[in-house]
Amino acid sequence: MQTNASVVSFRSVEKSFGALKVLDGVDFEVARGEVLVIIGRSGSGKSTALRCIDRFETIDSGEIVVCGHRVSDPKLDLRRLRQDVGIVFQSYNLFPHLTIEENITLAPCAVKRISKAEAKRKARQVLAQVGLEDKLNSYPEQLSGGQQQRAAIARSLAMQPKVMLFDEVTSALDPELTGEVLKVIETLAADGMTMVMVTHEMGFAKGIANQVVFMHRGKVREAGPASILTSPATSELAQFVGTGL
Amino acid sequence: MNLNLDFGAILERWPMFLDGAILTLQLASLATILGAVIGILGAIGRRSRNPVIVRICGIYVEAIRNTPLLVQIFLVYFGLASLGLKFSAFAVAALALTINVGAYATEIIRAGFDSIPRGQIEAAEGLALSRTQIYWHIVLLPAIEKVYPALTSQFVLLMLASSVTSQISAEELTAVANFVQSDTYRAFETYILVAVLYILLSLIMRLGFWLLGLAIFPRRRRLRTAL
Ligand SMILES: Nc1ncnc2c1ncn2[C@@H]1O[C@H](COP(=O)(O)OP(=O)(O)O)[C@@H](O)[C@H]1O
Ligand SMILES: [Mg+2]
Repeated sequence: MQTNASVVSFRSVEKSFGALKVLDGVDFEVARGEVLVIIGRSGSGKSTALRCIDRFETIDSGEIVVCGHRVSDPKLDLRRLRQDVGIVFQSYNLFPHLTIEENITLAPCAVKRISKAEAKRKARQVLAQVGLEDKLNSYPEQLSGGQQQRAAIARSLAMQPKVMLFDEVTSALDPELTGEVLKVIETLAADGMTMVMVTHEMGFAKGIANQVVFMHRGKVREAGPASILTSPATSELAQFVGTGL
Repeated sequence: MNLNLDFGAILERWPMFLDGAILTLQLASLATILGAVIGILGAIGRRSRNPVIVRICGIYVEAIRNTPLLVQIFLVYFGLASLGLKFSAFAVAALALTINVGAYATEIIRAGFDSIPRGQIEAAEGLALSRTQIYWHIVLLPAIEKVYPALTSQFVLLMLASSVTSQISAEELTAVANFVQSDTYRAFETYILVAVLYILLSLIMRLGFWLLGLAIFPRRRRLRTAL
């Protein structure tokens, strides 16, 4: 049984794309306020695992429970689940025809049916959180990559999710812009946001992770506190950390 | 060679030409508005999850794109008559033109829908927006913006093609010309004037679409990007 504090739990999750087994019995548990970092080589199934949480992918067997929603249940109310889960992608995916403010107020108004004025107040607040108060009336294309990604994070935050998912959110950015995005995520973690993230920034992972899950060929090859990154138990993780990939 | 042009008798009849031009513009406007609505619904239908709807929309588009407009007009004209329905020539012409341009608009707008990156839709889904909300807030405007030049050209083409509705005696510009030239025996002059009037109508429509574009694509206006 999941405990009260469990926000995301995976039990023997399996998922194949055709003949390719991408998740091969994955287990993990994220408690409230915890940061889980998923690492692993390209193609090891990290993104798929993350996308299963928000049911962008459906699993073949096993069980996923997120904020009390049984994600694996075919009768799940998807939109209820997704109100509780925020997801940020590598390619920011801001809506190009809307201003930053409109990007942020759209879902709270359309989904949560809060008033326009209330949504605008919320937009100001989340933009302050990511340091973009002055970009309210800009269009996405007028922002740098790092600013766009921060705006995308703000857009998710405006829905007041119970858990945030980040999939390599700095991978598309120039190195000098990754810092500003990572800093925002660090602040969120410090404020107690529950998070699951895929990242290749090892130094960052060490600093922020309560738990690290190392995926290898669809399996959790090694899992534990951030210290496993400095003293890995398996040769695969040792090799992965060693090459810094 | 002895070119002897005399516009006197024709210019005398300018109120008829004006009426014809106005009727052409009314036909084109009506078909544009209704055709755009059909185009949006048709494009959504062609991307529906229901295979029957996809099929019906596909048959509509292919049937229209592979038959001449004049034949479509006659089909509507005689089809309504054989059902015992009595409509004015204008109504029949407007209906036929709408059905015609709706099919082309469906294809153009569908291409616009297909050009919206998958990531945009996933981001919207991740924010818990419904399918209808995603079409309305995320897909529709950028899709139309992408295909706006092709779409508006199609509507201008339709205005020009509306000249064939003179065949069912809709009293638009070409019908007026046919009447005037047989009345004055000044055929060449008549059609020169009519050609000039069609050019003016095209320019009016293009200006209208440009202004409409400024209104519905505020980002273009703000960032001054060319359409
Ligand atoms: N929609 C899909 N259809 C088919 N194969 C896919 C799909 N998504 C991912 N894959 C494959 O599944 C494997 C794992 O992908 P992914 O979870 O994206 O890995 P990672 O994020 O760790 O790089 C890869 O081999 C990838 O090619
Ligand atoms: Mg990935």
